[in-house]
Amino acid sequence: MSAEARRTTTLSEFESKRRLAAAGIPIVAERLAADPEQAAAAAAELGFPVAVKLCGRAIAHKTERGLVRLGMGNAGGARAAAAELLAQARPEDGDVQVLVSRMVSGKRELIAGMVDDPTFGRCVMLGIGGIFAELLRDVAFRLAPLSRGDAADMVDDLAHASWLGPFRGEPAIDRERLADVLCGLAALASDDPAIVAIDVNPLIVCDGVPIAVDALVEVAER
Amino acid sequence: MTRPTATDRFRPLFEPAGIVVAGVSSHPGKFGFVAAHNILSHGYAGPVFLTNRDGSEVLGRATLRSADEVPDGAADLVFVCTPADAVPELLRTCARKGVKAAFVSSAGYGEASPEGKRAERELAALAGELGILLAGPNGQGIISTPASLCAQIIAPYPPRGRIAIASQSGGFVQAFLNYARSTGVGVSRAVSAGNSAATSVADYLEYFAEDPETDVSLIYVEGLGDGRAFYEKVRAVAARKPLVVLKGGVTAGGQRAAASHTGALASDDRIFDGMCRQAGLTRAGTIDEAFEAAATFVTQPLPAGPNVFVLTTAGGWGVITADRVSASPVLRLMPLPRDLEAAFDARLPPRWSRNNPADLAGSETRDTVVECLELVTAHPEVHAVILLGVGIQSNLADLERRGRFYPGHGLERVVEYHERQDRRYAEAAVELRRRFGKPVLVATELADTQPDNPGPARLRELGGLAYPSSHRAVAALEHLYRYARFRTRAAKAATR
Repeated sequence: MSAEARRTTTLSEFESKRRLAAAGIPIVAERLAADPEQAAAAAAELGFPVAVKLCGRAIAHKTERGLVRLGMGNAGGARAAAAELLAQARPEDGDVQVLVSRMVSGKRELIAGMVDDPTFGRCVMLGIGGIFAELLRDVAFRLAPLSRGDAADMVDDLAHASWLGPFRGEPAIDRERLADVLCGLAALASDDPAIVAIDVNPLIVCDGVPIAVDALVEVAER
Repeated sequence: MTRPTATDRFRPLFEPAGIVVAGVSSHPGKFGFVAAHNILSHGYAGPVFLTNRDGSEVLGRATLRSADEVPDGAADLVFVCTPADAVPELLRTCARKGVKAAFVSSAGYGEASPEGKRAERELAALAGELGILLAGPNGQGIISTPASLCAQIIAPYPPRGRIAIASQSGGFVQAFLNYARSTGVGVSRAVSAGNSAATSVADYLEYFAEDPETDVSLIYVEGLGDGRAFYEKVRAVAARKPLVVLKGGVTAGGQRAAASHTGALASDDRIFDGMCRQAGLTRAGTIDEAFEAAATFVTQPLPAGPNVFVLTTAGGWGVITADRVSASPVLRLMPLPRDLEAAFDARLPPRWSRNNPADLAGSETRDTVVECLELVTAHPEVHAVILLGVGIQSNLADLERRGRFYPGHGLERVVEYHERQDRRYAEAAVELRRRFGKPVLVATELADTQPDNPGPARLRELGGLAYPSSHRAVAALEHLYRYARFRTRAAKAATR
């Protein structure tokens, strides 16, 4: 059955990334915090700078709603950001916490994911990310499950594949690690039939390693 | 019990021992006439039984009033031109007579109405019960050149060759057959799948993959139904033989929840494209590209690597072709190897280009082009060669032959010389391709603009394909190399 025909719900950003990590996909270091004090402590533990985001199952469009604070450089900043975000929560957001994540830096962003296509079923996607993602539409798909060769081939399929080489002082992307991400997404899709879509955006290339910074896993309701 | 092979199942359709043509007409404008005409006109050697209701003579032959009058076991294929409502009874009768396959050209099924859709499902079920392989309905026919079989209600009958065609559109079968006829690169089998009630394009591919008469499959598809099943089948086929696909339209249920970025970036076309790469299919964007890709697979060996060398006697063509190869995501315009440069220097005056493209700059004497082509093709770093400028001399010869001074003033001799030279170039391209096992592609607009030019004409005689532009030659070579790479990777993965 296609995704459209079923009622679905999204996991929280934190839960979504837990699922990715369990499939061997590198994710940012992060902690959930219930209040501003916990957020400050988590930030100190993770190391600065951190990003602070409102996190809950019903929250999908964080950026549009201004529910993301980036580049907090000290515990006080993290505490204040957490307080602001929790105050912005609406009743329909349900149970919310704040997610404190260590910032990763990299000049290049990718996007990856999984869709349940009405014709071909579960497909894994890789694309050029960042602010021009939907303008460039430089994406490649393969049907799950993926072989390592399929994953490697996807990277070559991108029109801007050369952009994944050494770039402005950054090393070339580690293609094996990128293949791990794609095979991990395919494995998640194969192992859990309840998962109907995965969105990893952005996947930031940090020292050549692609790291999932934000993610959304959509599951069918029982 | 083991499942019969695709060859066993499809033999009655493509290699029938005898044919019943049901619903023939004495009216030359009717499909029932055309089908009988075509089957009887191309040398099919088995018995052919024509049936029509009033038993009148058609094309000078007696007809039977019913398939019931066909001797038991004398025919294993029925080609159906009757109205749709007569088909079920016809199939039952034919089954009793030993018929194993039916090509149903009759319309009025799923393409026409909901009732037609139901009739189509019932027909498929009936054929299944009777053990009859059902092709169509609403299809335009089959071609099988090894059996001299032209069982179709369209034209043309193509030359015999090694391309097998299956299409959801009868019009595209016709288009591919016309390309086969004009290029001389022939066809083994062709089928217009019609509504594919019981037999889909992917099913025909399983037969083509086993068929010893076929080296490459060429298909046109629109809707795929179960995309996964299609993928599994074509992947198995492409692992054995190249498979060229042209796709029209978008798949059913194209709209997608765009809540996720992945969903917003997904499109039927991109997913189909990825599926093709994964399965090792050669996807063409246009109908001429599709035919030329298939024709290239049957006329050239697979290249062992990406290095392309361009040899030309026409400067601009060389530059444009080099630009196109440079822009290729898979091919490489290799640098001119030192030893090749030295070997060219020894044969050419100093004004040649000293580059890839190697432009001989009009400095060639009688044997230069052939010698240089051999040096290039023989070079170990060269994986594929594109030869440009073939036919230019004959183009001039044509002008001179038609001019007012011919044959005097030495014109007769020089015209013959020019034409002989172009034939030699074509012959050398074919001979060197064979000797070194590397693709040697000849591109010239004269293939289109002056088809009887001795350059492209000789190439056609030798079974080769002359590309009407170098861009089309490069596109074909890209397809060849992608498939070669796919096969190499698949072989590596298998031994791991």
